[in-house]
Amino acid sequence: MVEEIINSHGIAEDKLVPILLDIQNSNDKHYLSEDDLKQVSRLLGIPESRVYSVATFYSFFSLQPRGKYIIQICDNAPCIVNGAYNVIDDFRHILGIDMGQTTPDGLFTLEYSSCLGCCSHAPAARISGELYGDLDSEKIKSILSDLRRR
Amino acid sequence: MSDLTVKRLTQRCGDIDPRDVSEYISTGGYKALVKALLTMKPQGVIDEVKASGLLGRGGAAFPTGLKMQMVHDTPGDVKYVVCNADEGEPGTFKDRYLMEGDPYQLVEGIILAGYAVGAQKGYIYIRGEYDRAIELMKNAVEQTRKIGYLGNNILKQHFNFDIEVRSGAGAYICGEEFALIESLEGKSGRPRYKPPYPPVSGLWDKPTLINNVETLANIPYIVSNGSKAFRSVGTDNSAGTKLICLSGNIANRGVFELPFGITLKDIIYDIGQGVPGERELKMIQIGGASGSCIPSDMLDVKLDFADMKKNGLSMGSGAIIAFDDSRCVIDIVKSLLKFFAHESCGKCTPCREGNPQLYNLIDDFSKGSATPSHYDVLQSLTQTMQQAALCGLGQSSPMPVVSTLLYFKDEYDMHINGRCPAGICSSTNGGEII
Ligand SMILES: Cc1cc2nc3c(=O)[nH]c(=O)nc-3n(C[C@H](O)[C@H](O)[C@H](O)COP(=O)(O)O)c2cc1C
Ligand code: SF4
Ligand code: FES
Repeated sequence: MVEEIINSHGIAEDKLVPILLDIQNSNDKHYLSEDDLKQVSRLLGIPESRVYSVATFYSFFSLQPRGKYIIQICDNAPCIVNGAYNVIDDFRHILGIDMGQTTPDGLFTLEYSSCLGCCSHAPAARISGELYGDLDSEKIKSILSDLRRR
Repeated sequence: MSDLTVKRLTQRCGDIDPRDVSEYISTGGYKALVKALLTMKPQGVIDEVKASGLLGRGGAAFPTGLKMQMVHDTPGDVKYVVCNADEGEPGTFKDRYLMEGDPYQLVEGIILAGYAVGAQKGYIYIRGEYDRAIELMKNAVEQTRKIGYLGNNILKQHFNFDIEVRSGAGAYICGEEFALIESLEGKSGRPRYKPPYPPVSGLWDKPTLINNVETLANIPYIVSNGSKAFRSVGTDNSAGTKLICLSGNIANRGVFELPFGITLKDIIYDIGQGVPGERELKMIQIGGASGSCIPSDMLDVKLDFADMKKNGLSMGSGAIIAFDDSRCVIDIVKSLLKFFAHESCGKCTPCREGNPQLYNLIDDFSKGSATPSHYDVLQSLTQTMQQAALCGLGQSSPMPVVSTLLYFKDEYDMHINGRCPAGICSSTNGGEII
């Protein structure tokens, strides 16, 4: 898998970030394993230390297994004044986990996010690449039950 | 919609199918590219941009024509154009609006910039959170290549140019030009020491023109219609229009294209329709997370680079965040500092250590444990950061603290005395901090 992804980008040092993004998105647990990083280092000819440093620099990357759906909740000022703390509480309550944790069934991970550029529909969250705005308790419940049914 | 708004950069947003290049062309798109390649020399394009008075829209308001001239004049066969679409400034979503509403206009602007400075390749670096913009920009580049406006010998001229779209991976600092360049090179996004600046030594140490989305999106208009038409809107020192993003406690949130020269009051009460509900406006923050926080009686300032500077303000990214009188100034500043402490890249000490320190000091106010001596510490710490941090993040992150100490000092004092007037830094009973 790692090899395929690298070949699709071409063996080039500057493709490191896009390659790591693709590898992470290609597995259901949305993370980079130690083995992934070693392979990338070997195939691209970049020192392991640098691959590791890049993988820990960018907040999109995780070295720990995460859920199938990553729920990133914006906690910047425009969302806060429009009720982001309620959104955070709702997600935590319904899923029974804290920020940074993954549900035991491996479906959902809760994370904070910086502004998602969705401030005109604050409070906002991004779930597996999709933006959701104007969040309230009702909407959150229906989003989660939709995702569970997928 | 209020008639203060202008439809220039945003003329097609919402009206055309952003996937369909023929709709762009049938509404005057790629006219500027044809005009430039067939009738203008690169220097002619630069001269027109210079005459337009266009100032960079990414925050620093640097004259775009001058930057182009620097890249043009730096010797070298390989040059790059980089479009900064890392828009991560909290409360800012104008570049997203432009990319999702009219992606071809940006592509055309980048090709024109490439022609002007003598570059062969352009990059669009879009923040990873903007999934839809990334997809639309990739499509726009592909469609443009199909009709022959990207690739080799564009319009049968000796001009080869192509564009690659790259995604960020969740790092606000990558909006800083050298951090972005490092990220494009496949590294962690940490700023470099300046000088040299990107026009002299940028991407892979080659001369590089790096501009914001909105800046580049202005270029087709300038080339098509000329600098005089461009200057017909705006003020003497701030020509053209500015995309302003309204968010927070304001009735009409969104992106608005506005002529320079109107007042902040017009923006808040006419465009934004004021604060919703029975509340009053308490404060606005202008320019993004590191912008100044000012009270509601300072709204006569004009949307104009010079007038704002005179009043100690900066336009920044064009974000205006409104806060009503139910909000606590200390709590807002705390959330901003949390953001900066999280986004600091860690390369230099004043910022890496300073932001968490600032956060802790402000947190003391919200916990009711601050003392008057906190003011002295705050003053020396903010000064140190402003003077000694390596890049704009650490230099300007103290701004919310500095500006609220200037305009909302009474609220700090009240917290020292154990009172949060908004009742936010408190337990449930009556605003006393417990
Ligand atoms: C911390 C930090 C974040 C920045 N973020 C952005 C950004 O998201 N978009 C942007 O265009 N410029 C951003 N800038 C400004 C860029 O460094 C640079 O000045 C800009 O891209 C130049 O483009 P312009 O001349 O068209 O304004 C940022 C600067 C700093 C210090
Ligand atoms: S000021 Fe902050 S973000 Fe900028 S280089 Fe220093 S540590 Fe990094
Ligand atoms: S502040 Fe939450 S999306 Fe912008």
